[in-house]
Amino acid sequence: MSVLGFHNVSKRFGTNDVLRGVSLDLQRHDVVCVIGASGSGKSTLLRCANLLERVDGGDVTLFGQSLLDPRIDENLVRRQVAMVFQAFNLFPHLSVLQNVMLGPVHGLKRPVDEVREEAMALLERIGLVTRAGDYPDRLSGGQQQRVAIVRALAMQPALLLLDEVTSALDPTLVGEVLELLRELALEGTTMLLATHEMGFAREVATTVAYLDQGVVIEAGSPEQLLDAPQHERTQAFLSRVRS
Amino acid sequence: MAVLGVLSAVVFYAPGGVAFRHFFFDPHQMWISLVGSHQGLASVGKGIVTNIWMFCLCEVLVLVLGLLLAWVRISTAPVLAPLRALAMIYTDIFRGIPILLVFIIVGFGLAELNIGWISHQTPAFYGCVAITLTYTAYVAEVYRAGLHSVPHGQILAARSLGLSHAATMRQVILPQAVRTVIPPLLNDFISMQKDTALVSILGIVEAVQSAQIDAAQNFNDSGLVVAALLFLVMTVPLTRLTDRLIDNDRKRRLAGTS
Repeated sequence: MSVLGFHNVSKRFGTNDVLRGVSLDLQRHDVVCVIGASGSGKSTLLRCANLLERVDGGDVTLFGQSLLDPRIDENLVRRQVAMVFQAFNLFPHLSVLQNVMLGPVHGLKRPVDEVREEAMALLERIGLVTRAGDYPDRLSGGQQQRVAIVRALAMQPALLLLDEVTSALDPTLVGEVLELLRELALEGTTMLLATHEMGFAREVATTVAYLDQGVVIEAGSPEQLLDAPQHERTQAFLSRVRS
Repeated sequence: MAVLGVLSAVVFYAPGGVAFRHFFFDPHQMWISLVGSHQGLASVGKGIVTNIWMFCLCEVLVLVLGLLLAWVRISTAPVLAPLRALAMIYTDIFRGIPILLVFIIVGFGLAELNIGWISHQTPAFYGCVAITLTYTAYVAEVYRAGLHSVPHGQILAARSLGLSHAATMRQVILPQAVRTVIPPLLNDFISMQKDTALVSILGIVEAVQSAQIDAAQNFNDSGLVVAALLFLVMTVPLTRLTDRLIDNDRKRRLAGTS
């Protein structure tokens, strides 16, 4: 069943065509990695999936339903499509636990006690239960990003969007975040990632798509795309990344 | 401290020092103007109570109205464009006119207009209206700067968690903005406390007006010094508190970057 579909999506900022006819489909349990240079439109594509951006042309569907429908409630969409950001974007005035609880309590309007229990279980899972009362600025970058990931998971989303979640991290801290994502992939979490981590993409992706200047140049299984790219722009990009 | 020493030395050794001390620092005169007397002297101590309740009331009004005004000014919805324009004009006007003129225009103008209950209020009411009008414009700008200081990523994160515009404002933006605006806000309040003295122009017998009545009857200005001291008693603790909050905030930021 199709969870998310981009159908010939285009997006402009002023005179800048960021996306020019992107089509991509995510089935349940898919892990799709979008790779490409900075400015290729990866982040914009992800933001179109939870309506942080509105597409200018084409269509985006969630469970087959168009997100362009004027009757659609963007808050309802975002409660099903959670997002993790490159710069974590944790709330500095809230404790770690409160960060994780904010969405379920104030977005989903679920009872506080129930949410707290789940949030503690999530923190337990990432080994940060003892830091529940700390403020985010006391945590390392890797810890902060893992908290941001479970903050998204606390929404029990149908789809997780991850926007270059390891790019702002110290190289020594990338591992712990990727490890968590690997676990999530094994559990069958449907994920759409914009990433520069080729090794990770090869290991967990069901599909890798190469985006360049707002166009999907090539998409396929990691083996196809990363080991035997058909298109010369893909080949050029991969050799730049590997060199 | 050194400055205080130099000042008191000047007061003591200046050629007119004796006369000066008599006119401004006569302890007996200071005492009776503080408490008032049966010879019809006004009491600065009673007068200051008027200043206090006026700024207490105005502070609450300004905090609420300033936030509403700031909210309108940072809104982006196209339907609110006329309201945004009005808010901007309002801010321009009331930050641009000396508050003394606002007192006169509101205090005498509204009464002159003769429109129902609006024109039949006490001078104190008009004084509060004038203070609130002026300081709402200032405080709205402080709020606006604070709201803009919250990084955009915070809004994206809150919206991504399915929070509505209102919930995002309440749970994420306001708590962070308020923290940054408290020192400048207190600064405006200190200035507001002092400006309550200007309502004397509407004939309200508050601290400064009482002191002036005393001075005119007694040919002695010690009451004015009493009024000045009473204002200091109110504003200095607030100034110190502001300093401390700024200091704490700076330390917190420094700790955050390490």
